[in-house]
Amino acid sequence: MPYRLHMLLCAGTGCVSNRSLEVKEALEKEIQQRGLESEIQVIATGCNGFCGVGPIVLVQPDGIFYQQVKVRDIPALVEEHLVKGRPYKKLMFTPSKEAEPIPKMNDIPFFGKQMLIALRNRGLIDPENIEEYIARDGYKALAKVLSSMTPEQVIEEVKVSGLRGRGGGGFPTGLKWEVCRNAIGDEKYLICNCDEGDPGAFMDRSIVESDPHSVIEGMAIGAYAVGILQAYIYVRMEYPLALKRFILALDQAREYGLIGENILGTSFSFDIEVHRGAGAFVCGEETALIASIEGKPGEPRAKYVYPAQQGLRDMPTLINNVETWANIPVIIQRGAKWFSSIGTRDVSESEQGGSTGTKVFSLVGKVNNTGLVEVPMGIKLREIIYDIGGGIAGGKRFKAVQTGGPSGGCLPEELLDLPVDFDRLLSVGSMMGSGGMIVMDEEDCMVDVARYFIDFLNGESCGKCTPCREGLRQMREILNRICDGKGEDADIQKLEDLSELMVEGSLCALGGTAPNPVLNTLRYFKDEYVAHIKDRRCPAGTCQALITYRIDAEKCTGCALCAKHCPVNCISGEPKKLHTIEISACIKCGTCYDACRFDAVIRK
Amino acid sequence: MKKLTITDLEKLRQKIQEDHTVREGKALATINLHMGTCGIAAGMRKVMTALLQEIEAKDIKNVRVSTSGCAGLCSREPMATVLIAGQPPVKYADLTDEKIRRILNEHVLGGNLVKEYVLAVGSERVG
Repeated sequence: MPYRLHMLLCAGTGCVSNRSLEVKEALEKEIQQRGLESEIQVIATGCNGFCGVGPIVLVQPDGIFYQQVKVRDIPALVEEHLVKGRPYKKLMFTPSKEAEPIPKMNDIPFFGKQMLIALRNRGLIDPENIEEYIARDGYKALAKVLSSMTPEQVIEEVKVSGLRGRGGGGFPTGLKWEVCRNAIGDEKYLICNCDEGDPGAFMDRSIVESDPHSVIEGMAIGAYAVGILQAYIYVRMEYPLALKRFILALDQAREYGLIGENILGTSFSFDIEVHRGAGAFVCGEETALIASIEGKPGEPRAKYVYPAQQGLRDMPTLINNVETWANIPVIIQRGAKWFSSIGTRDVSESEQGGSTGTKVFSLVGKVNNTGLVEVPMGIKLREIIYDIGGGIAGGKRFKAVQTGGPSGGCLPEELLDLPVDFDRLLSVGSMMGSGGMIVMDEEDCMVDVARYFIDFLNGESCGKCTPCREGLRQMREILNRICDGKGEDADIQKLEDLSELMVEGSLCALGGTAPNPVLNTLRYFKDEYVAHIKDRRCPAGTCQALITYRIDAEKCTGCALCAKHCPVNCISGEPKKLHTIEISACIKCGTCYDACRFDAVIRK
Repeated sequence: MKKLTITDLEKLRQKIQEDHTVREGKALATINLHMGTCGIAAGMRKVMTALLQEIEAKDIKNVRVSTSGCAGLCSREPMATVLIAGQPPVKYADLTDEKIRRILNEHVLGGNLVKEYVLAVGSERVG
């Protein structure tokens, strides 16, 4: 019998860690017990994107969206929706307590404003089955270029589309392809950079987990256009699921004759090998990545010569990021004109300028709806954070949004109406980066945020260039000092001087942009630095050395909840009477602050 | 698996796509089976199985079978509503295996209402 319903259960890393595989097992068992297994198909898909409300089940053809599905919900869900045909309200997404549940996925604001190109198949296909990708027009673009386009025409199409590298740099993709095609070398190599290392970013991982073939097809088209026989996918070992799906997808593509010898019966041959990286942040930098594939320490080199001219084994090497590759099949199929009509500026004005197409962001931090979003270039930060993200969690006030990872910056409230594209983000001292977007509220201290990123970079600096290696260490010392309430008047100037030195004296972009977290927070949140240094005060209430906890005599009801939770028993008081905190014994863990239901614990 | 050529790939795609119309939410027509307590008690599950088997036997790919609750006329269950784009919905009552097969073949595929089983054409006003 044909299936009347397809239940698409998210098996991305987020939902799996929320036990979605146990939900799948329970669902399959319940369906079998009720004898529905011939009518209803359960498919495990890649990341659906709305990670904050996982595990997720989407029921097609009606597009009914169920969230936070637990094993114990399964009998009722099957009874109501599958047997009686009534969508089960209890598991639907409800934006706020007062609102009505929203049954259909596309009516949920989180999805409504998104536009999917790189993530076109997310949550709709089983990523471990190549035929599911083929059904969604997979490998159609590869067939098109092999049967009706010359390599030059393919490159021209990519150039006209205005596609720029999605890994962070934003270099025009078509131009890179052309340089590599024209470069002279006995052999040429192609690399897919899947070494995503920014804290809080998971765009590339999700693309691979939900649709590995879109990346493979893009690579095959690139190889045809540039004239390449051998490619590598560089995946970090921290991405076990992405790695597994890549390897499985490659085996299937080879079996179907979509990579390997004589692809699709033509004279074009090309193969892909997976290279596992150890997970060093610096290996996301292309020259360091190439060194790592060669078996050398993952350290960057100066880019007097681009890898497109001289890269892996000193041969011309075409290297693009996962998301860039995933865009290619769609550009070929739907055309450069269509692609370039999306975004902030028409590429006809300037061949290399403008930001066309869409960008995938991992939206995390203090927003209500965390997850993976793909939006057209030029969308305002406000639309991403408030319309898609559903605003700041817990009714708190927005303070900043961090874009571009450790090389990017924190943008304040005044810039919420900034259109998001490569050039605009650079102009305000941040960058697109690979697409991390961390939202912060009034309780996040910007000095502490800068310290976090500098500490991260200090651990990840490869150590080749002294300004980066030693500069980061000194910066970390200074920031630690400021956060500990021991900041000195000259510290801000010292940070600025060090930054200048690092920008000038580092070989690679990682070193050159390493001071950005400091420079950017100094630019927009200097008052917080001053408050730490001059007033010995942390306005956000984050830096432990600068805050004390006490109890508001008027608000305290004497419920003793704080005393019960305090791990060091430093809160005392009689039942139903004012409680007090013994300051000398307090370890400032904030447990009482979180436990109090009457806002009676004051943190200052 | 034999390695594909460009023509093979297209053929394979067409074949799989037909099986995927449910996933894409696309269909020529929807047969909505009313499965409230009354519908189920009156034997709708058996009617649904007959319908799905007929769809399989005829290898029909573009008809969607959906289920919904009670249609409000419990005494005439099992009931079904046929929805074809651009046409008013048609409600059928007192269904049996044989009747649902005729509705599928004559109305949904053939375009002619099975008049003797029709309860109503059009739908109630909503709101």
